[in-house]
Amino acid sequence: MKVIKVLGPGCKKCKQLEETAKQAVAQLGEGYEVIKVEDMEQMMKYNIMSSPGLVIDEKLISAGKTYSVEELKEIFIK
Amino acid sequence: MIKSFADWLIFEVTGLVPGSRLGEALNFFVYDTIKIIFLLFVMTVIMGFVNSYFPVEKVKAFLTKRNWYGLDHLLVSIFGAITPFCSCSSIPLFMGFLKGGIPLGVTLSFLITSPLVNEVAVAIFIGIFGWKITLIYAGSGILMGALVGWILGKLKLEPYVEDWVQKAMSQQSVNQENKIAEKVLFKDRIRPVMKEALGIIKGVLPYLFIGIGIGGAIHGFIPTGYFEQWITKDNPFAVPVAVILGVPMYANATGIIPILQALVSKGIPLGTALAFSMAVVGLSLPEATLLRKVMKPRLIAWFFGSVTLSIILLGYLFNLIL
Repeated sequence: MKVIKVLGPGCKKCKQLEETAKQAVAQLGEGYEVIKVEDMEQMMKYNIMSSPGLVIDEKLISAGKTYSVEELKEIFIK
Repeated sequence: MIKSFADWLIFEVTGLVPGSRLGEALNFFVYDTIKIIFLLFVMTVIMGFVNSYFPVEKVKAFLTKRNWYGLDHLLVSIFGAITPFCSCSSIPLFMGFLKGGIPLGVTLSFLITSPLVNEVAVAIFIGIFGWKITLIYAGSGILMGALVGWILGKLKLEPYVEDWVQKAMSQQSVNQENKIAEKVLFKDRIRPVMKEALGIIKGVLPYLFIGIGIGGAIHGFIPTGYFEQWITKDNPFAVPVAVILGVPMYANATGIIPILQALVSKGIPLGTALAFSMAVVGLSLPEATLLRKVMKPRLIAWFFGSVTLSIILLGYLFNLIL
């Protein structure tokens, strides 16, 4: 089970990333879970400087970026 | 080129007569909109590349490398101006800077300039008010951010950062050495930068249409000099009232600047209008509520109070020199 976290206090880009991540996971099938982290204290543990942050299995992948569903699928499979 | 396209579209295609009120208004609308969209595209792409090569993480590393003896306020203020601003990033940024050992005053310098001078506002300013006014706006915004941050830094306001932030600053992160992949080739940067730029433009476009539309209506229907009966340069209250009205407002720079330009053409003093736009673009109530998560009320009051006061002073100065 890969745990995908979307870190973001709720701006437009954060919602966008959460949405695409959910779509990507839905297309990939079993084995993934998307969690939205909105709590600042939690978020700061990953040292992000811009939101949204993308975290896979506790590893920060990117900050301040949005992706297409296809791009996310590739990232999740890796 | 844009002018001849606008002329062609309005006067040739639709057959409106040059010089007619509707024809001129539509011509103005088409010309202004295309010009500003072009400027927006150029600015967002340039800023996109700057940001792609110098993300905030690099800025932070750069600032913590050595002692800058106060120059860091100016540097960070310039960085704040050239990095794209997103209100939801201001808190992670605030935390990230403090955690990286950047002084509170320097962090505040960034926080002042980042929303105040941004690529969208600058593009619209160039399109509507021209280069000179844009340089005055951006230049004074950057200097103000540096100076106010420096003064606030001297006031030892660190205790008024929220307790949980102070606690978090001393704690280790889950993964301290989070390095986001570097070494990206230029050609691989183009696509995301373009995507981002088009996204920004798409987002502000409706406000731009509304702003230019209202501006056009003011141009067409309000007599020249109309506002001079209430607001003149000699009225000492105009600037503070405009600024204090502007501070809580959360309006899109895209929409507000074309309207302001129209108002200026009808007799509102330029300096007052510039100060108002600084207040609207730079500070807002939603930003205050966001910052409340990391700052105690006292720090917010200092932050907003000093920026508001500086904008008022700048407004008087603008009215003197412009």
